[in-house]
Amino acid sequence: MAIKIYSFIFVMWILMMLGGGLVVLFVGPISFGTNIEPIITSVVKVGLALFLIFIWIIILTKIKNWVFKSQIKS
Amino acid sequence: MEEKIIVAIIVSAIAFFSIYAFTPVLIKFLEKRNLTVKDANKKGDVMIPRPGGISILIGIVASEITLYFFFPISEVLAIIIVSILGFSVGIIDDRKVMGGWFKPVALAFCATPIFLLGAYDSNLDFPLFGSVKIPSLYLALIVFMIPITGNTLNSIDVLNGIVSGFTAIASFALAISLFILQNYEIGIACLCLAFASLAFYKYHKFPSRIFPGDSGSVMLGATYGAIAIVGQVEVIAAVAILPAVINSFLFLSSVKRIVEHREINNPTSHTDDLKLKSTDVNHAPITLVRLLVAKIPLSEKQVCNQVLKLAVFSGILAIITALMMGIKI
Repeated sequence: MAIKIYSFIFVMWILMMLGGGLVVLFVGPISFGTNIEPIITSVVKVGLALFLIFIWIIILTKIKNWVFKSQIKS
Repeated sequence: MEEKIIVAIIVSAIAFFSIYAFTPVLIKFLEKRNLTVKDANKKGDVMIPRPGGISILIGIVASEITLYFFFPISEVLAIIIVSILGFSVGIIDDRKVMGGWFKPVALAFCATPIFLLGAYDSNLDFPLFGSVKIPSLYLALIVFMIPITGNTLNSIDVLNGIVSGFTAIASFALAISLFILQNYEIGIACLCLAFASLAFYKYHKFPSRIFPGDSGSVMLGATYGAIAIVGQVEVIAAVAILPAVINSFLFLSSVKRIVEHREINNPTSHTDDLKLKSTDVNHAPITLVRLLVAKIPLSEKQVCNQVLKLAVFSGILAIITALMMGIKI
Protein backbone atom coordinates (compact mmCIF):
# COMPACT_ATOMS: atom_id res chain seq x y z
CA MET A 1 0.00 0.00 0.00
CA ALA A 2 2.80 2.41 0.91
CA ILE A 3 4.25 2.23 -2.61
CA LYS A 4 0.87 3.30 -4.03
CA ILE A 5 0.87 6.35 -1.73
CA TYR A 6 4.41 7.25 -2.81
CA SER A 7 3.27 6.96 -6.46
CA PHE A 8 0.24 9.15 -5.73
CA ILE A 9 2.46 11.83 -4.15
CA PHE A 10 4.76 11.70 -7.19
CA VAL A 11 1.80 12.06 -9.59
CA MET A 12 0.50 15.03 -7.57
CA TRP A 13 3.94 16.64 -7.84
CA ILE A 14 4.05 16.16 -11.63
CA LEU A 15 0.52 17.59 -11.94
CA MET A 16 1.56 20.64 -9.88
CA MET A 17 4.55 21.25 -12.16
CA LEU A 18 2.41 20.89 -15.30
CA GLY A 19 -0.34 23.11 -13.86
CA GLY A 20 2.28 25.75 -13.03
CA GLY A 21 3.55 25.58 -16.59
CA LEU A 22 0.04 26.13 -17.98
CA VAL A 23 -0.47 29.14 -15.68
CA VAL A 24 2.87 30.73 -16.60
CA LEU A 25 2.65 30.07 -20.34
CA PHE A 26 -1.04 30.68 -21.03
CA VAL A 27 -2.95 32.31 -18.15
CA GLY A 28 -0.35 34.86 -17.00
CA PRO A 29 0.27 36.57 -20.37
CA ILE A 30 -3.46 37.05 -21.15
CA SER A 31 -4.17 40.68 -22.03
CA PHE A 32 -7.12 42.23 -23.87
CA GLY A 33 -5.41 45.47 -24.84
CA THR A 34 -5.28 48.90 -23.25
CA ASN A 35 -8.98 49.85 -23.63
CA ILE A 36 -10.20 46.89 -21.56
CA GLU A 37 -10.49 47.38 -17.79
CA PRO A 38 -7.69 45.49 -15.95
CA ILE A 39 -10.31 44.05 -13.59
CA ILE A 40 -11.91 42.17 -16.52
CA THR A 41 -8.54 40.63 -17.40
CA SER A 42 -8.09 39.63 -13.75
CA VAL A 43 -11.58 38.06 -13.61
CA VAL A 44 -10.80 36.02 -16.74
CA LYS A 45 -7.47 34.89 -15.23
CA VAL A 46 -9.16 33.92 -11.95
CA GLY A 47 -11.82 32.00 -13.90
CA LEU A 48 -9.17 30.12 -15.88
CA ALA A 49 -7.16 29.37 -12.72
CA LEU A 50 -10.29 28.01 -11.02
CA PHE A 51 -11.02 25.92 -14.13
CA LEU A 52 -7.48 24.48 -13.98
CA ILE A 53 -7.93 23.65 -10.27
CA PHE A 54 -11.26 21.97 -11.11
CA ILE A 55 -9.56 19.85 -13.81
CA TRP A 56 -6.69 19.10 -11.39
CA ILE A 57 -9.13 17.82 -8.75
CA ILE A 58 -11.03 15.68 -11.30
CA ILE A 59 -7.78 14.11 -12.54
CA LEU A 60 -6.63 13.46 -8.97
CA THR A 61 -9.98 11.92 -8.03
CA LYS A 62 -9.78 9.57 -11.06
CA ILE A 63 -6.20 8.60 -10.18
CA LYS A 64 -7.15 8.16 -6.52
CA ASN A 65 -10.01 5.82 -7.46
CA TRP A 66 -7.72 3.90 -9.80
CA VAL A 67 -4.78 3.61 -7.41
CA PHE A 68 -6.73 2.83 -4.25
CA LYS A 69 -9.79 1.14 -5.78
CA SER A 70 -9.51 -2.01 -3.67
CA GLN A 71 -9.28 0.02 -0.45
CA ILE A 72 -11.80 2.76 -1.17
CA LYS A 73 -15.27 1.38 -0.87
CA SER A 74 -16.95 3.71 1.60
CA MET B 1 27.32 35.49 5.46
CA GLU B 2 29.21 34.72 8.69
CA GLU B 3 26.80 36.96 10.62
CA LYS B 4 23.81 35.10 9.16
CA ILE B 5 25.25 31.73 10.18
CA ILE B 6 25.74 32.98 13.76
CA VAL B 7 22.17 34.36 13.86
CA ALA B 8 20.85 31.04 12.48
CA ILE B 9 22.64 29.12 15.25
CA ILE B 10 21.41 31.53 17.98
CA VAL B 11 17.72 31.54 16.95
CA SER B 12 17.68 27.78 16.26
CA ALA B 13 19.12 27.16 19.74
CA ILE B 14 16.52 29.48 21.32
CA ALA B 15 13.67 27.71 19.46
CA PHE B 16 14.92 24.25 20.42
CA PHE B 17 16.05 24.71 24.01
CA SER B 18 13.19 26.96 25.16
CA ILE B 19 10.70 24.23 24.19
CA TYR B 20 12.98 21.46 25.43
CA ALA B 21 13.23 23.13 28.84
CA PHE B 22 9.70 24.53 29.19
CA THR B 23 7.63 21.52 28.04
CA PRO B 24 8.30 19.35 31.15
CA VAL B 25 7.20 22.32 33.30
CA LEU B 26 4.06 22.67 31.19
CA ILE B 27 3.35 18.92 31.47
CA LYS B 28 3.43 19.14 35.29
CA PHE B 29 1.30 22.33 35.25
CA LEU B 30 -1.38 20.77 33.01
CA GLU B 31 -1.42 17.49 34.99
CA LYS B 32 -1.84 19.40 38.27
CA ARG B 33 -4.88 21.20 36.87
CA ASN B 34 -6.27 18.01 35.36
CA LEU B 35 -6.06 19.45 31.85
CA THR B 36 -5.66 16.05 30.24
CA VAL B 37 -7.37 13.99 27.52
CA LYS B 38 -7.55 10.25 26.97
CA ASP B 39 -5.10 8.76 24.49
CA ALA B 40 -7.53 6.75 22.37
CA ASN B 41 -4.86 4.37 21.04
CA LYS B 42 -3.54 3.13 24.39
CA LYS B 43 -4.72 0.34 26.67
CA GLY B 44 -6.68 1.58 29.68
CA ASP B 45 -7.28 5.20 30.58
CA VAL B 46 -3.97 6.79 29.68
CA MET B 47 -4.44 10.53 30.22
CA ILE B 48 -2.17 12.96 28.36
CA PRO B 49 -1.77 16.69 29.15
CA ARG B 50 -3.04 19.14 26.53
CA PRO B 51 -2.54 21.75 25.04
CA GLY B 52 1.20 21.78 24.44
CA GLY B 53 0.69 24.62 21.98
CA ILE B 54 1.67 27.06 24.75
CA SER B 55 5.17 25.60 24.77
CA ILE B 56 5.45 25.74 20.95
CA LEU B 57 4.22 29.36 20.98
CA ILE B 58 6.95 30.36 23.46
CA GLY B 59 9.66 28.66 21.40
CA ILE B 60 8.57 30.08 18.04
CA VAL B 61 7.82 33.62 19.24
CA ALA B 62 11.00 33.89 21.36
CA SER B 63 13.22 32.76 18.48
CA GLU B 64 11.43 34.85 15.82
CA ILE B 65 11.57 37.99 18.03
CA THR B 66 15.32 37.42 18.44
CA LEU B 67 15.56 37.07 14.65
CA TYR B 68 13.63 40.34 14.26
CA PHE B 69 16.18 41.99 16.54
CA PHE B 70 18.94 41.02 14.08
CA PHE B 71 16.89 41.48 10.86
CA PRO B 72 14.10 44.04 11.47
CA ILE B 73 12.14 43.27 8.30
CA SER B 74 8.35 43.26 7.91
CA GLU B 75 8.38 39.62 6.73
CA VAL B 76 9.67 38.36 10.10
CA LEU B 77 7.20 40.58 11.96
CA ALA B 78 4.36 39.15 9.84
CA ILE B 79 5.43 35.59 10.72
CA ILE B 80 5.44 36.44 14.46
CA ILE B 81 1.95 37.98 14.38
CA VAL B 82 0.47 35.18 12.22
CA SER B 83 1.92 32.59 14.66
CA ILE B 84 0.28 34.32 17.63
CA LEU B 85 -3.05 34.64 15.77
CA GLY B 86 -2.87 30.99 14.69
CA PHE B 87 -2.29 29.97 18.31
CA SER B 88 -5.28 32.11 19.39
CA VAL B 89 -7.58 30.38 16.88
CA GLY B 90 -6.34 26.97 18.04
CA ILE B 91 -6.68 27.70 21.76
CA ILE B 92 -10.31 28.79 21.24
CA ASP B 93 -10.92 25.44 19.54
CA ASP B 94 -9.11 23.64 22.39
CA ARG B 95 -11.24 25.31 25.07
CA LYS B 96 -14.59 25.26 23.26
CA VAL B 97 -15.87 22.86 20.60
CA MET B 98 -16.43 24.99 17.50
CA GLY B 99 -18.15 24.15 14.20
CA GLY B 100 -16.30 22.85 11.15
CA TRP B 101 -16.24 26.30 9.51
CA PHE B 102 -14.72 28.13 12.50
CA LYS B 103 -11.07 27.34 11.86
CA PRO B 104 -10.99 28.04 8.08
CA VAL B 105 -12.79 31.38 8.49
CA ALA B 106 -10.81 32.48 11.56
CA LEU B 107 -7.52 31.46 9.93
CA ALA B 108 -8.38 33.50 6.82
CA PHE B 109 -8.36 36.58 9.09
CA CYS B 110 -4.93 35.50 10.43
CA ALA B 111 -3.49 36.46 7.02
CA THR B 112 -4.34 40.13 7.68
CA PRO B 113 -0.86 41.09 9.04
CA ILE B 114 0.72 39.91 5.78
CA PHE B 115 -1.54 42.35 3.86
CA LEU B 116 -1.12 45.21 6.31
CA LEU B 117 2.66 44.91 6.47
CA GLY B 118 2.92 44.40 2.69
CA ALA B 119 5.08 41.34 3.36
CA TYR B 120 4.32 39.63 0.06
CA ASP B 121 5.18 39.76 -3.60
CA SER B 122 2.42 39.07 -6.12
CA ASN B 123 4.69 36.97 -8.35
CA LEU B 124 4.04 33.24 -8.15
CA ASP B 125 7.20 31.25 -8.95
CA PHE B 126 7.09 27.88 -10.68
CA PRO B 127 10.03 25.62 -11.52
CA LEU B 128 11.11 25.31 -15.17
CA PHE B 129 8.53 27.82 -16.44
CA GLY B 130 9.43 30.98 -14.48
CA SER B 131 7.08 33.27 -12.60
CA VAL B 132 3.69 34.77 -13.27
CA LYS B 133 2.40 38.13 -12.01
CA ILE B 134 -1.15 37.73 -10.77
CA PRO B 135 -1.90 40.64 -8.36
CA SER B 136 -5.64 39.96 -7.83
CA LEU B 137 -5.34 36.20 -7.79
CA TYR B 138 -2.41 36.39 -5.39
CA LEU B 139 -4.49 38.28 -2.79
CA ALA B 140 -6.95 35.38 -2.85
CA LEU B 141 -4.04 32.96 -2.53
CA ILE B 142 -2.84 34.71 0.66
CA VAL B 143 -6.33 34.51 2.18
CA PHE B 144 -6.56 30.79 1.38
CA MET B 145 -2.97 29.76 2.16
CA ILE B 146 -3.10 30.16 5.98
CA PRO B 147 -6.42 28.25 6.41
CA ILE B 148 -5.16 25.52 4.07
CA THR B 149 -1.83 24.96 5.83
CA GLY B 150 -3.39 25.43 9.29
CA ASN B 151 -6.16 22.90 8.69
CA THR B 152 -3.99 20.52 6.69
CA LEU B 153 -1.42 20.13 9.46
CA ASN B 154 -4.18 20.09 12.08
CA SER B 155 -5.87 17.20 10.22
CA ILE B 156 -2.80 14.93 10.50
CA ASP B 157 -2.58 15.41 14.26
CA VAL B 158 -4.18 12.01 14.82
CA LEU B 159 -1.42 9.85 16.32
CA ASN B 160 1.51 10.31 18.69
CA GLY B 161 4.26 12.43 17.17
CA ILE B 162 2.88 12.80 13.66
CA VAL B 163 2.18 16.55 13.45
CA SER B 164 5.38 17.65 15.23
CA GLY B 165 7.61 15.16 13.36
CA PHE B 166 5.94 15.94 10.04
CA THR B 167 6.26 19.72 10.52
CA ALA B 168 9.91 19.36 11.53
CA ILE B 169 10.72 17.41 8.34
CA ALA B 170 8.68 19.72 6.06
CA SER B 171 10.20 22.84 7.67
CA PHE B 172 13.76 21.58 7.32
CA ALA B 173 13.04 20.85 3.62
CA LEU B 174 11.54 24.33 3.20
CA ALA B 175 14.49 25.96 5.01
CA ILE B 176 16.98 24.14 2.73
CA SER B 177 14.90 25.27 -0.29
CA LEU B 178 14.97 28.88 0.94
CA PHE B 179 18.76 28.71 1.35
CA ILE B 180 19.06 27.26 -2.18
CA LEU B 181 17.03 30.25 -3.43
CA GLN B 182 19.31 32.56 -1.38
CA ASN B 183 16.42 33.88 0.73
CA TYR B 184 18.51 33.63 3.89
CA GLU B 185 16.45 35.70 6.38
CA ILE B 186 13.25 33.73 5.79
CA GLY B 187 15.28 30.51 5.61
CA ILE B 188 16.50 31.24 9.15
CA ALA B 189 12.90 32.03 10.21
CA CYS B 190 11.94 28.60 8.84
CA LEU B 191 14.74 27.00 10.86
CA CYS B 192 13.06 28.40 14.01
CA LEU B 193 9.88 26.51 13.08
CA ALA B 194 11.85 23.36 12.25
CA PHE B 195 13.79 23.32 15.54
CA ALA B 196 10.68 24.24 17.56
CA SER B 197 8.82 21.28 16.01
CA LEU B 198 11.82 19.00 16.57
CA ALA B 199 12.07 19.95 20.26
CA PHE B 200 8.35 19.37 20.78
CA TYR B 201 8.61 16.03 18.92
CA LYS B 202 10.85 14.79 21.74
CA TYR B 203 7.83 14.89 24.09
CA HIS B 204 5.13 14.23 21.51
CA LYS B 205 6.64 11.12 19.87
CA PHE B 206 5.30 7.66 20.75
CA PRO B 207 4.43 7.24 23.62
CA SER B 208 3.35 10.89 23.93
CA ARG B 209 3.92 12.77 27.18
CA ILE B 210 1.96 15.79 25.89
CA PHE B 211 -0.41 16.60 23.01
CA PRO B 212 -0.04 19.87 21.06
CA GLY B 213 -3.82 20.34 20.82
CA ASP B 214 -5.38 22.52 18.13
CA SER B 215 -3.43 25.49 19.49
CA GLY B 216 -0.18 23.71 18.66
CA SER B 217 -1.05 22.07 15.35
CA VAL B 218 -2.97 25.07 13.93
CA MET B 219 -0.16 27.42 14.94
CA LEU B 220 2.45 25.17 13.30
CA GLY B 221 0.37 25.20 10.09
CA ALA B 222 -0.30 28.95 10.18
CA THR B 223 3.40 29.71 10.76
CA TYR B 224 4.36 27.36 7.92
CA GLY B 225 1.85 29.08 5.59
CA ALA B 226 3.11 32.55 6.55
CA ILE B 227 6.72 31.52 5.83
CA ALA B 228 5.62 30.14 2.44
CA ILE B 229 4.01 33.49 1.50
CA VAL B 230 6.62 35.92 2.80
CA GLY B 231 9.42 33.68 1.48
CA GLN B 232 7.74 33.46 -1.96
CA VAL B 233 8.02 29.67 -1.90
CA GLU B 234 4.32 28.79 -2.06
CA VAL B 235 4.71 25.94 -4.57
CA ILE B 236 7.72 24.41 -2.79
CA ALA B 237 5.90 24.65 0.57
CA ALA B 238 2.89 22.86 -0.90
CA VAL B 239 5.11 20.07 -2.28
CA ALA B 240 6.78 19.56 1.13
CA ILE B 241 3.45 18.84 2.83
CA LEU B 242 1.93 16.70 0.04
CA PRO B 243 1.18 13.68 2.31
CA ALA B 244 -0.89 15.98 4.55
CA VAL B 245 -2.53 17.52 1.45
CA ILE B 246 -3.41 13.99 0.30
CA ASN B 247 -4.91 13.28 3.72
CA SER B 248 -7.15 16.37 3.43
CA PHE B 249 -7.97 15.58 -0.20
CA LEU B 250 -8.95 11.97 0.58
CA PHE B 251 -10.99 13.13 3.57
CA LEU B 252 -12.86 15.87 1.68
CA SER B 253 -13.48 13.72 -1.39
CA SER B 254 -15.04 11.00 0.79
CA VAL B 255 -16.95 13.23 3.25
CA LYS B 256 -17.74 15.92 0.63
CA ARG B 257 -18.13 18.74 3.19
CA ILE B 258 -16.10 20.62 5.78
CA VAL B 259 -16.66 19.05 9.19
CA GLU B 260 -14.87 18.77 12.50
CA HIS B 261 -13.23 15.38 13.02
CA ARG B 262 -15.40 14.92 16.13
CA GLU B 263 -18.51 14.82 13.92
CA ILE B 264 -17.50 11.82 11.78
CA ASN B 265 -17.00 8.08 12.22
CA ASN B 266 -13.48 7.04 13.17
CA PRO B 267 -11.74 5.81 9.97
CA THR B 268 -9.75 3.24 11.96
CA SER B 269 -10.44 0.77 14.73
CA HIS B 270 -8.27 -1.51 16.89
CA THR B 271 -7.34 -5.17 16.79
CA ASP B 272 -7.19 -7.16 20.04
CA ASP B 273 -3.48 -6.37 20.38
CA LEU B 274 -4.26 -2.66 19.91
CA LYS B 275 -2.94 -2.36 16.39
CA LEU B 276 -4.70 0.05 14.04
CA LYS B 277 -6.85 -1.40 11.27
CA SER B 278 -9.22 0.03 8.68
CA THR B 279 -12.73 0.36 10.10
CA ASP B 280 -15.57 -1.86 8.90
CA VAL B 281 -18.04 1.02 9.26
CA ASN B 282 -19.53 2.06 5.93
CA HIS B 283 -19.24 5.75 5.02
CA ALA B 284 -16.33 6.33 7.40
CA PRO B 285 -13.97 8.82 5.76
CA ILE B 286 -10.85 7.74 3.89
CA THR B 287 -7.67 9.14 5.43
CA LEU B 288 -3.95 8.62 4.99
CA VAL B 289 -3.78 6.49 8.15
CA ARG B 290 -6.70 4.36 6.96
CA LEU B 291 -4.91 3.71 3.67
CA LEU B 292 -1.69 2.79 5.45
CA VAL B 293 -3.47 0.15 7.56
CA ALA B 294 -5.83 -1.02 4.79
CA LYS B 295 -3.90 -4.20 3.94
CA ILE B 296 -2.44 -5.16 7.31
CA PRO B 297 -2.99 -3.74 10.81
CA LEU B 298 -0.03 -1.72 12.08
CA SER B 299 0.97 -0.47 15.51
CA GLU B 300 0.68 3.25 16.22
CA LYS B 301 4.47 3.58 16.14
CA GLN B 302 4.69 1.81 12.76
CA VAL B 303 2.03 4.12 11.26
CA CYS B 304 3.90 7.20 12.59
CA ASN B 305 7.13 5.96 11.02
CA GLN B 306 5.37 5.37 7.68
CA VAL B 307 3.92 8.91 7.69
CA LEU B 308 7.30 10.42 8.58
CA LYS B 309 8.94 8.44 5.73
CA LEU B 310 6.31 9.93 3.36
CA ALA B 311 7.22 13.37 4.75
CA VAL B 312 10.91 12.73 3.96
CA PHE B 313 9.95 11.70 0.41
CA SER B 314 7.89 14.86 -0.19
CA GLY B 315 10.64 16.93 1.47
CA ILE B 316 13.12 15.58 -1.10
CA LEU B 317 10.66 16.46 -3.89
CA ALA B 318 10.41 19.99 -2.44
CA ILE B 319 14.21 20.41 -2.49
CA ILE B 320 14.31 19.09 -6.08
CA THR B 321 11.61 21.66 -6.93
CA ALA B 322 13.78 24.41 -5.40
CA LEU B 323 16.78 23.25 -7.45
CA MET B 324 14.58 23.31 -10.58
CA MET B 325 13.63 26.96 -9.90
CA GLY B 326 16.93 28.04 -11.41
CA ILE B 327 16.31 26.13 -14.64
CA LYS B 328 14.15 27.68 -17.39
CA ILE B 329 12.88 25.76 -20.42
